[in-house]
Amino acid sequence: MKIEGKVWKFGDDIDTDLIIPARFLNVSDGAELAKSCFADLRPDFAKSVSSGDIIVAGRNFGCGSSREHAPLAIKEAGIALIIAESFARIFYRNAFNIGLPLIESQDAAKELSDGDEACVELSTGIIERVRDVKRFEGNAIPLFMAELIGAGGLVEYTRKKKMRQ
Amino acid sequence: MPMTMTEKILARHAGLDTVAPGDLIEVKVDRTLANDITAPIAIKVFRETGVKGVFDRDRVTLVADHFVPNKDIASAQQVKLMRDFAREHNITHYYEGGESGIEHVILPEKGLVLPGEVIIGADSHTCTYGALGAFSTGVGSTDLGVTMATGEIWLKVPPTIRVIIKGTRRPYVGGKDLILYLIGMIGVEGALYSALEFTGDTISGLTMSHRLTMANMAIEAGGKNGIFEPDEATFSFLKAKMPVTPAVLKSDPDARYERVIEIDATAVAPQVAFPHSPANVRDLSQVGTVEIDQAFIGSCTNGSLEDLRDAAAILKGRRAAKGLRLIVIPGSPLIYKQAIQEGIVETLLDAGAVIGPPCCGPCLGGHMGILAEGERAVATTNRNFIGRMGHPRSEVYLSNPAVAAASAVLGKIGGPDDL
Repeated sequence: MKIEGKVWKFGDDIDTDLIIPARFLNVSDGAELAKSCFADLRPDFAKSVSSGDIIVAGRNFGCGSSREHAPLAIKEAGIALIIAESFARIFYRNAFNIGLPLIESQDAAKELSDGDEACVELSTGIIERVRDVKRFEGNAIPLFMAELIGAGGLVEYTRKKKMRQ
Repeated sequence: MPMTMTEKILARHAGLDTVAPGDLIEVKVDRTLANDITAPIAIKVFRETGVKGVFDRDRVTLVADHFVPNKDIASAQQVKLMRDFAREHNITHYYEGGESGIEHVILPEKGLVLPGEVIIGADSHTCTYGALGAFSTGVGSTDLGVTMATGEIWLKVPPTIRVIIKGTRRPYVGGKDLILYLIGMIGVEGALYSALEFTGDTISGLTMSHRLTMANMAIEAGGKNGIFEPDEATFSFLKAKMPVTPAVLKSDPDARYERVIEIDATAVAPQVAFPHSPANVRDLSQVGTVEIDQAFIGSCTNGSLEDLRDAAAILKGRRAAKGLRLIVIPGSPLIYKQAIQEGIVETLLDAGAVIGPPCCGPCLGGHMGILAEGERAVATTNRNFIGRMGHPRSEVYLSNPAVAAASAVLGKIGGPDDL
């Protein structure tokens, strides 16, 4: 599956309070949460993201709270993929559970810049910067996580698995 | 094959003889937990699974603690959603109002966590229960919703980092300082995906309150779980709550560890985590002059009776500095009552403290003590990311209760020795 969009660049240790501040957690609707995504860090983000855009970040993306509102807000804002040097573990699970793919790539995280157009093939983890066709390798998405994404998330995966039993 | 405590608990719950780090396993869960913020999505997901009833109405736990007493209309709706679900499914352990407190405080208090169990919670500080020798970890609402239906969860077996702490603690140094010291050493992803297993004579000498504080913050180093071997202190804490003495699962002497970290407790001073990371840690003596507007004592990290006693011992006969807001929130109704009985609440009120109902309060920027632009707080909480307690241009400094109390009197960050 191919994803192509604009890069939104972030640094290290982007925590869940930055992604969706607690004052917005009195709702659980994705579309509503999306409006407040990165409200304090990048107030222009929510209204400017286009469907298919990509977040590129440094180490430990999504650290902090287990709030699923964080990947949900990002996904509902239109982001189709997050590339980072590394991900915090609860965020990692949550993202795949709701069908938002993540790729780890140190090179891409370092070299891609805000505003770059990038093209990514999920099955191989190959990331390409469109303007100069420079390619970066990402870690292939682990098989189990690929199955979750393929099924459409944890609920669908669980339903299909139970049906097979 | 020799296994660590975490590996043994997981193997047992997966029906396997042995597991190794990296294994993907399906584990039967002893208890699930969600709160008023995370339950709404979990309930929606539960309904999407199509399963008629929860896996066990005695094992699904729902606690209203984050935005309660109901913070605003939207929060009231979320609590109502959770309450209605609890009624619909006859959930035994649903807590709100005068029965509720901070989830990670009331579960151990009520004997709902036992050594050797697997607890999954839709809250990152679910790792707290590792203090009792359980395997306990935080997950998101989708995981929780599916587990409420199936009673199982898929997990990747974590490698274990062994943390050996030896030596006599210095005055005013407790679990909070030891864990901040460790996080300062290894960083906010120093224990990523790993179990943090605590041992050593310093650890054996800690009361349950201090162990709960340490396990609570395993997540701040990126850890999957924190864990302590159950001992006399554990069984003493649980005494009335256990029907039988559970089989104690200990790490094998030749178990394999990812890494071993040794800490000399005699070298650990009271710690303060500066904005904006729990890893941005300094010795109290290195703080310099940091004037503060608020001191908050409470949270799942340091909201126990012992924590309140420590704070009261400093505040007795003293007053919070002029203009400084001192806010104290006991972790549970029982703790609140005991604090009243011991005269602690009177001491706090005489010191000028605002006493809040047992809940998470300002810890995550909810209510009951939010910071304005440019304000600074010292707090006994677990996180101080940008905007954590209010305005993005406010600052939070993390500390233990004695330091927070002394700072309240001083009007700036300092310790009992500065009074």
